[in-house]
Amino acid sequence: MPDLSWMAWTWPTAAFFALLALALVAMTLWEKFAPGGGPRRGILGLDTTRGDRLFISVLGGVIIHLAWLGLFGPPLLAPLGVSILFAVGVFRWV
Amino acid sequence: MNHRVTHQKAWWMVLPVVALVAFNAVIPLMTVVNYSFQETFGDNVFFWEGTRWYLQILQSDRFHAALYRQLIFTGIVLAVEIPLGIAIALCMPRKGIGVSVCLVLMALPLLIPWNVVGAMWNIFALPDIGLLGRGINALGIDYNFTRQPLSAWFTVILMDIWHWTSLVVLLCYAGLCAIPNAYYQAGKIDGAGNWQIFRHIQLPKLKRVLTIAILLRFMDSFMIYTEPFVLTGGGPGNATTFLSIDLVKIALGQFDLGPAAAMSLIYFIIILLLCWVFHTLMMRGEERS
Repeated sequence: MPDLSWMAWTWPTAAFFALLALALVAMTLWEKFAPGGGPRRGILGLDTTRGDRLFISVLGGVIIHLAWLGLFGPPLLAPLGVSILFAVGVFRWV
Repeated sequence: MNHRVTHQKAWWMVLPVVALVAFNAVIPLMTVVNYSFQETFGDNVFFWEGTRWYLQILQSDRFHAALYRQLIFTGIVLAVEIPLGIAIALCMPRKGIGVSVCLVLMALPLLIPWNVVGAMWNIFALPDIGLLGRGINALGIDYNFTRQPLSAWFTVILMDIWHWTSLVVLLCYAGLCAIPNAYYQAGKIDGAGNWQIFRHIQLPKLKRVLTIAILLRFMDSFMIYTEPFVLTGGGPGNATTFLSIDLVKIALGQFDLGPAAAMSLIYFIIILLLCWVFHTLMMRGEERS
């Protein structure tokens, strides 16, 4: 096992990256069973595929967390909830 | 009918690139994320700090000031370089010996290493011995980029325009050369003037190269470090301390790796967001046209 102590791993950051990797695996499986990426034009008038919607959801989630932290400070449970709602909204309507 | 691609072995060819990107981008980025939540004093010993560094950076006046300067700099640079690049490309000859001469002249600034550009402009703009500095002072304008913030900004922006407008010119020139002659002939038959040809033929056809030019110039100018660092060192005071200069000061000058990592990630997210917005807006325009 290589020494990865220089990467300063912690459980929360490892869990974050594991979730990201899981999301990518899930998207790959989704594509396998329903090929084509599900392109559509949503309420913003953007042509998006499932991959675009995941990108918008993740980027939006990060920005929601940062904005909340800058404006109101911790804890971050509320922006987590907002981000999940945002992601559901993006996958449903964008 | 669903046309599924069955032969996907070519995807394996992508593996070397995936490995390369993993080692030079993904793993370092993961490390930066890990650092941004911790404090270290060296020797690979880390202490969990949670969101402290993010909070510190997001609420820091120093970060806000650097971001503000960065946005103004990028806005000015884009507002000047893009129209100027298009104008120069329109004026360049399309055949004859002039083409090679112009292309070589345009490519020259792009071939000079960034730190050399900074050093050149440092000497060029010195008020006592530099041609630019002495010239401006000879006109009766008080100019000293080492002492006056406005002069420093003027010099940094002029240097960036000199260095990078060529890139926009070359991209636009390539786009203009790719427009078939039939479009111009049709325009002439319809009695279109130069402005109408530009507005309705050349500009729409340049949209794709302009998207690339704007994205490249946006990213480069938003991440600018070497040239202003060599030219002004971020000064006078903090007048030309842009985000990357401030980041290096925090990471290497103060060795505050946690706050520097948090700042890097916020910086990265801002660039990612703005690039996505630019790209989406321009592609939407493309679909409409």
